[in-house]
Amino acid sequence: MDKRAKITEIIETVSKKKAPGPDESLFDSGLLDSFALPDMVSELEAAFGVKIPDSDLNPRKFDTIERIESYLESLQ
Amino acid sequence: MNFGAALPARVVTNDELSGQVGRTADWIRNVSGIEERRYVGEEGSVVDLAWEAATDCLARAGMEASELGLILVSSGTPARQFPGPASQVAKRLGLDETPAVDIPIASAGGLFAMAMADDMAEKRGPVLVVAAEVMSRIAMREPLEAGISVLFGDGAGACLVHPEEGKARIIGSRMATDGAFAEDLRLEFGAGLAMNGRSVILHASRKLPRVILQVLEEQGVTARDVEVYLMHQANQNLMDRVADAIGVERERFYSNIARYANTSSASMLIAAAEWGKETGFEAGQKVCFAAFGAGYHWGAMLAEGCEG
Repeated sequence: MDKRAKITEIIETVSKKKAPGPDESLFDSGLLDSFALPDMVSELEAAFGVKIPDSDLNPRKFDTIERIESYLESLQ
Repeated sequence: MNFGAALPARVVTNDELSGQVGRTADWIRNVSGIEERRYVGEEGSVVDLAWEAATDCLARAGMEASELGLILVSSGTPARQFPGPASQVAKRLGLDETPAVDIPIASAGGLFAMAMADDMAEKRGPVLVVAAEVMSRIAMREPLEAGISVLFGDGAGACLVHPEEGKARIIGSRMATDGAFAEDLRLEFGAGLAMNGRSVILHASRKLPRVILQVLEEQGVTARDVEVYLMHQANQNLMDRVADAIGVERERFYSNIARYANTSSASMLIAAAEWGKETGFEAGQKVCFAAFGAGYHWGAMLAEGCEG
């Protein structure tokens, strides 16, 4: 499974809803509320074997599938 | 340590607020878990509440104000820029030389003041920590934002940190600050509360379990060894998440948020005063405090009961 597909799967698992397009806001669409966001971040860490430092815990980094993908690439 | 609290008599229900914020009482309950909160009247102040909590705490401890070596007053909602409420609280307690210092860091202020009091009590003598907030004047500023206005209430808590006596003693603590996200939770002069809820919850969800487990590990205590967690009463969902993250039943986190809403820095000390009154601090019983708030400032503290 490629990175984007895995991110999409995590978002759909956490939100229990169908993920929007890669450049659509996960927040504005109501897909991720304040409490689903930490769940998604933890799932991303586990799935991609990365540790996201507190300094990177800016919600804007996780607002769209594209941004998440880009951020994860910057870590690896 | 001994504790005390003060809550305004006026109860403000969700029904009463619903018309002002344009949401139903059920909506308020569902998004926050809050049933009601307390508001001071038009004449009520941070100093009034702080003095009442301080007096309650000293009475429970059987101590006179004149025996205090230092007073620390936490408030994020003082009536003016300076002087803060600390000097007036000292005056209301009948003191005219005892040093009294303000700690204006909002939600984590009660915890930070307790940790500093623990560091200073040996040298200065008994330290009275007071945390008092009139959040209603901030939360109900126009234009009202329903998602914020309904979350807060007024109240005060107090804690006497005595170098030798008390119902509980502090055995370890950690404080932490990261100003990188200071803009995400702030109160500008004359403005309403500005809160990036996603950032607050994201950071609190990760930092609180981590700091709690660090403090427990430093003292050789497991999360399940702790009888009760007295956490800043910001949000029921957040408390539940922290309980889940450290692996204890959610019921171990004392909660009064349904009755008082979020009283910022006062909330943890109000919870401690209530829990102490209802249950007491049995000898050897472990109690863990934790708070997170604007700054971001956060921390945790482990205490042990001293009563027989």
